[in-house]
Amino acid sequence: MKRPIYMDHQTTTPIDRDVLEAMMPYLTDQFGDPSSRSHAWGWAAEEAVDRARDQVATLIGAQPEEIFFTSGATESDNLAIKGIARAYKEQGRHIVTQQTEHRAILDSCRTLEQEGCTITYLPVDRYGLVDPEAVRQAITDHTILVSLMHANNEVGTIQPLAEIGAIVKARGILFHSDAVQTVGKIACNVDDLQLDLLSISAHKMYGPKGVGALYVRKTRPRRIKLTPLLDGGGHERGLRSGTLNVPGIVGLGKACEIGTRVWPEEAERLTRLRERFVASVMQGLDHTYLNGHPMRRLPANVNLSFAGVDGEALIMGMTEVACSSGSACTSTTLEPSYVLKAMGLDDALVHASIRFGLGRWTTQDDVDSTVQTVMSRVKRLREMSPQYEMMARAIASRSGR
Amino acid sequence: MRRVYLDYNATAPLLPEALEAAVPYYASVWGNASSIHRQGREARMAVEDAREHVARLIGGPNPLDLVFTSGGTEAVNLAIRGYAHGNRTRGHHIITTRVEHPAVLDTCRALEQDGFELTYLPVDGLGCVHPEALADSIRPHTILFTMTYGNHEVGTLQPLAALVDVAHAHGVTVHVDAVQAVGRVPIDVVASGIDLLSLAGHKFGGPKGVGALYIHASMGATMQAVIRGGHQERERRAGTEDVPSIVALGRACALISQRLADEGTRLTRLRDHLEAGVLSRIGAVHQIGKGGERLPNTANLSFTGVKGEALVFNLDLLGIVVSTGASCSSRQGVPSQVLEVMGVSREVSEGSVRFSLGWTTTDEDIERVLDVLPSAVERLRMLSPVF
Repeated sequence: MKRPIYMDHQTTTPIDRDVLEAMMPYLTDQFGDPSSRSHAWGWAAEEAVDRARDQVATLIGAQPEEIFFTSGATESDNLAIKGIARAYKEQGRHIVTQQTEHRAILDSCRTLEQEGCTITYLPVDRYGLVDPEAVRQAITDHTILVSLMHANNEVGTIQPLAEIGAIVKARGILFHSDAVQTVGKIACNVDDLQLDLLSISAHKMYGPKGVGALYVRKTRPRRIKLTPLLDGGGHERGLRSGTLNVPGIVGLGKACEIGTRVWPEEAERLTRLRERFVASVMQGLDHTYLNGHPMRRLPANVNLSFAGVDGEALIMGMTEVACSSGSACTSTTLEPSYVLKAMGLDDALVHASIRFGLGRWTTQDDVDSTVQTVMSRVKRLREMSPQYEMMARAIASRSGR
Repeated sequence: MRRVYLDYNATAPLLPEALEAAVPYYASVWGNASSIHRQGREARMAVEDAREHVARLIGGPNPLDLVFTSGGTEAVNLAIRGYAHGNRTRGHHIITTRVEHPAVLDTCRALEQDGFELTYLPVDGLGCVHPEALADSIRPHTILFTMTYGNHEVGTLQPLAALVDVAHAHGVTVHVDAVQAVGRVPIDVVASGIDLLSLAGHKFGGPKGVGALYIHASMGATMQAVIRGGHQERERRAGTEDVPSIVALGRACALISQRLADEGTRLTRLRDHLEAGVLSRIGAVHQIGKGGERLPNTANLSFTGVKGEALVFNLDLLGIVVSTGASCSSRQGVPSQVLEVMGVSREVSEGSVRFSLGWTTTDEDIERVLDVLPSAVERLRMLSPVF
């Protein structure tokens, strides 16, 4: 049976063959534990981890010693948010974030609220953008951290982090970003964005699942403090204990090395494909809306609402295309997207939304074929939908036709 | 030169069958197990399949009692922190032993900073905790007893049944750090009455970066997650599942389930042969932890007049990989706390080397060690002013 066209790259990506190849020795002969300092197996593993640290650092313009490996971006986000809040609780207990963050940030913030922290969840505009001025106004004398994702996982909107970074830095506050969707995809340099902490995931950038990293800026004279989530052995300079996942780390490193080389061209190519995708669908279908910002968005993200169509029904009906109705992390609960709601989309259009995530191996044929499938399914579903008929009639009568 | 790897208590090579099982989930079924499309559903099925195999290996009655983590350290942290914070209203006293792995000890120290009271029980010369000592240390507000089954340095297996009985008689929950024991000795969480049990893949032929925590059904509701941010693992552990690693862990567990009895016998024979051979060829050797119940794969031997570190380096040059103790503390020559607590003298402790065997270990490997070890020890002893 033919595999469906994979249009869900913001949920997870297939592993790059070169990445898997780089991991293979560490899944077979080179199985050492880098903490074993007395034998060659341990040294080989340590060398591999050091190389990966370099590769990750290079991609985001950091120093290798500023990279800490974790089991993934969810852990990185938990470590950043809880780790900073718990380490700096004497200085202040206020954190600024936004309503459209990934649940890894929002749930960490809720845990902190139970521990006595105050969190400001900034609203976003209809494109999903947060207003830098609102960040400035939200900062109080007790604010210790601002955490804003670089690009939204559902609608792809890219936040003006450089501008916000300048504001945050001027107030001497720590600045974190969940950059899971942007590292290796668009320009993401910790100095340009003035970030102190940044979360990375391997499996969103053609690396393996189960591994990620947290960037923590090395500052002088005082180091940034973080209370670890996991204790036991003091790996990763005390910040993250546990035997290092060497094959995973090697895979993350290789994915970053490839990302560093290919992202500018890939971003350009994917932007062209995305524009083709959106233009074709909009041309072929009425009452279809692009969610998120038309330009300031991830090259590979298409999020559309098809009025009168149930998004879940559309996804389940399209066996030829694998896509999702927003974040996979919330999709199994079948709750409507809180991201689209925060952007002010009305409920009907929230339920009618679908996300298509393009990727490294998506071809123009894939795009065209997806567009054809989507258009015919949407038309069919609309024909069966009394709701759509009523809506179309209402719009027609309003416009005097 | 064939290299002889005898450091299984640090980490083990991945079973080829486990890798083979994982490859399709790298190469073609790469979906996110939370996605509703086919790619996602196939990944989900593979994860649930693996969960069953892990449950079966430890006698877990229901696969859903298992939570996948990023490894043993995370499982231990989730067990101890998750239980302690989730049951704080019932009490704030936790009992552990003085011979735990740093994953337990460091987590306990962190809890002390959060206001919990900790008791660290002593052990006897074999590394065993006495059930009476546990009984004496239990207070009205004790909520948890956490102990290792299968010490990482000497292999001691605690008298599990007796200790669980004492704890349960006082309504105290038991967590077992079984990272070194799972896959090496039979474990049955139901028969043993274990409430929480941590395991790691990479100690017995599964991959690094994955482990699991067994949570008895009655505890589930009270556990507080350490990593939040998604519905995965029924809200007990957020984060996209590492499908290939989980599949490999499941496959390793399935294989080990079949092989456990034979492999235990085989490793015991090899280990005993190693110990007997060393004793017959080299004088002034102490066997640490021998005499009681212990892991079949672990031998901790101390060579009088020799520094363990020096012997480990010398053996590495000869193609034999062993360790001076826990890899997590073998870093800066910090003397092993476990041995000190067992009452081993500093001199004996400094001369100790850990040999830990596993699935690749053969008779030839042991013969090779017995061939080269006597001269290596002799050379070092000649350089030693004390011997």
